[in-house]
Amino acid sequence: MTEYLIKNGFVFDPVQGIKGDKADVAVKDGRIVTGVSSGAKVIDAAGKTVMAGAVEIHAHIAGPKVNEGRNYRPEDKLFTYTPKSRQSRMAGGFSIPTTFKTGYEYARMGYTTAMEAAMPPLYARHVHEEMRDTPIIDEGAYPVFGNNWFVMEYLKNGEIENAAAYIAWLLRASKGYAIKVVNPGGTEAWSWGLNCLTVNDPVPYFDITPAEIMTGLMQANEFLGLPHSMHVHQNSLGNPGNYTVTLDSLKLAEKIKPNNKFGRDTVLHSTHLQFHSYGGDNWGNFESKSKEVMDYVNRQKNITIDTGCVTLDETTTMTADGPFEHHLTELNHLKWANIDVELETGSGVVPYVYSPDIKVCEIQWAIGLEIALLTKDHMRTFITTDHPNAGPFIRYPRIIKWLMSAEARKERIDSFKHSAKMIDATLIAGMDREISLYELAQMTRAGPAKALGLANLYGGLAPGMDGDVVVYNFNPEKDHKPDEIEKAFSAAAFVLKRGTPVVVDGEIVSNGNKRTLWVDAKTDENPQVMRDIRDKFLRYYSINMNNYEVAGHFLTNPMAIEVDATR
Amino acid sequence: METVTITMKNPPGLFLEADNVSPDTFAGKKAADIAALHAFEGREQTSLGKYFEVSGNGGATAADTRIVVKGDVSRVKYIGMKMTAGEVVIENSPDMYTGAWMQGGKLLVKGSTNAFTGIGMKGGELVIEGDTGNYLGAAYRGDWRGMQGGIIRVRGNAGSDTGYFMNGGTIIVEGNTDVHVGTHMEGGTIIIKGNVPSKVGGQMVEGTIYVFGTIDVMMPGFKFVKDEEMEVDGYKGLFSLFHGDLGERHPKRKGQVVYGKLYQKI
Ligand SMILES: [Zn+2]
Repeated sequence: MTEYLIKNGFVFDPVQGIKGDKADVAVKDGRIVTGVSSGAKVIDAAGKTVMAGAVEIHAHIAGPKVNEGRNYRPEDKLFTYTPKSRQSRMAGGFSIPTTFKTGYEYARMGYTTAMEAAMPPLYARHVHEEMRDTPIIDEGAYPVFGNNWFVMEYLKNGEIENAAAYIAWLLRASKGYAIKVVNPGGTEAWSWGLNCLTVNDPVPYFDITPAEIMTGLMQANEFLGLPHSMHVHQNSLGNPGNYTVTLDSLKLAEKIKPNNKFGRDTVLHSTHLQFHSYGGDNWGNFESKSKEVMDYVNRQKNITIDTGCVTLDETTTMTADGPFEHHLTELNHLKWANIDVELETGSGVVPYVYSPDIKVCEIQWAIGLEIALLTKDHMRTFITTDHPNAGPFIRYPRIIKWLMSAEARKERIDSFKHSAKMIDATLIAGMDREISLYELAQMTRAGPAKALGLANLYGGLAPGMDGDVVVYNFNPEKDHKPDEIEKAFSAAAFVLKRGTPVVVDGEIVSNGNKRTLWVDAKTDENPQVMRDIRDKFLRYYSINMNNYEVAGHFLTNPMAIEVDATR
Repeated sequence: METVTITMKNPPGLFLEADNVSPDTFAGKKAADIAALHAFEGREQTSLGKYFEVSGNGGATAADTRIVVKGDVSRVKYIGMKMTAGEVVIENSPDMYTGAWMQGGKLLVKGSTNAFTGIGMKGGELVIEGDTGNYLGAAYRGDWRGMQGGIIRVRGNAGSDTGYFMNGGTIIVEGNTDVHVGTHMEGGTIIIKGNVPSKVGGQMVEGTIYVFGTIDVMMPGFKFVKDEEMEVDGYKGLFSLFHGDLGERHPKRKGQVVYGKLYQKI
């Protein structure tokens, strides 16, 4: 196999603690190695930044709700299509791009791995079909468990071991990667026309609280020793004053200890924290509580978060938080799609325009960035837009610009329609912090890889790790205008994915060698859980149990992460 | 003002996407540059010069540029798309999307147009001397932003879905229309001088519709309010005012609920 030597770049690698030293990176047989032969292909990275491939920890990029967005928003595709080229297919869409565009755009920005953040298990086959059609990037998907009937019943009875056995079965059946929780209990309550807006609101019929669901799922996660921690979208998303609910949820992690063989030392990942860090009690006195939330996150070392930065674009919101999407359509009167997924979850989709002329959107923009800028440990805060909810992932370079340049933030603030009111309700104007390239590598590479339990493969450039290497046209020794930062991170000069060049000078040159990641957790035989599963399929599911499992042929280059939870 | 005349000499076999036929793109260009501008025939990229004979040069700006389109353009779409200023005169009948997303200037069609004429229009003046198809001044598929400004006048008849999701501006149809007028309308004015079979103002939130002729079936969500003396596009007379669509949400302004208004000539 071809050998590569990426020479003389400024290397930023948190795994090895390299902070911009001039160094060479050698790749052979798809992995990072200590050296290559003289026949290796040399990539001149002099004057450029070199990092590992970036890792997306939370985005909605495959499956039925993404596709419903594509389906009912033809206007999102208008004027966005690019014709096929020699190496790439026709691609289009803005906030809900085609699968092909998803793979190409992540790769162009230097991302080589991405996780689909909410897989409805019943429709797991659709999720995998779309991932199969997404080129280049390695992918996995998180099945949702926070409103699942089995989970609520086992946890109500304190049966952690049964919950764990069911989770292991479902991960295998859906070829899923981690335990995702969306509005715990609230989406099930929504099928009764209700919601759970605090961690103590009981779920109708099941009589369990969101706090009990989250605690039980963390215990089951650590019982199994899964690579990722429980990954939660908390209750009361998007509501003024919700930061107290956020703190109540995060505090549940205090009682849980990590247990796994992957080097993960966290037990809870709190996603798109921007949407959960709101003060005030109405849209008039709506304000940032990023400081209160981040003070806690900085102290509590066994949790990770991602930002959910608002990009100020027209986008398509989509979430398993069904009641939230109904709330949103009542606010903006735009089209609404909603579905109840039988015993498992629900979902809603609503377009949304984050306008720089609307005070609330301006404040949301500030909160997302404040969360990143208030971070003390950049291995525990990751940059996301909760794509496409707070904005499309193609805006990461713009977020990087805002985080790396106080001047860029000032330009943005000055051109807001309500900048004075926005400044009163936020902290952003008083912050001069600028994220360094090393911190950026932590927040987009080493940090998310570690939280996912994939630190041995991704997020760094140590020998033995995957040969995912990115070269950016960015000289850290020079000053940059804000827009030069955005430009450099929009189109990498060179991207190597597991030893194969996929991007050269910002253009796609190969469809790569994507893999599908899933977790195969072995547990003790559990006849009770298997009986419960068969029983629920007979009584309630609309499909036969034999038609439920995602068979192997749905997966491109499957890579099972094995876990032994037998006792 | 400079005039560029493009004359169809070699009609396309498939439909031609000619959004470059606009004062904005022709401005500052010589005839040869204009002939070299790209167009799409099916999935193949081609140039305007393959189909049209081009004579005359563009003006310095769009506002100084007048385009006359001659010959058979029945397979040509998107003429005048997104134009912001200047003038376009089409002597015959083009296909779909004529004047789509137009922002300013004047576009005159001496023949008839097909569907999606003036969709998403923001400004300017669009006159069709013949008939037009469905979705006049409507929103693009899926979009909630229909016509927002400007004026469209159709001397003949229109098809269905006129002013679908209209937010502003004025549409005047001097003849009849087919079903669905002002569906999901949230602003602007539609004047139909002829007849409409049915589905007038369905899910209308705000805005005004005038119908001079008959409405075979009135939407059930409209309620008679009063008769009013009005002056509408040069006609003075008595109209019956209906409020609707009562099945839809309606905003409140100054303590008053704002309804969509449907006036029918008595
Ligand atoms: Zn999400």
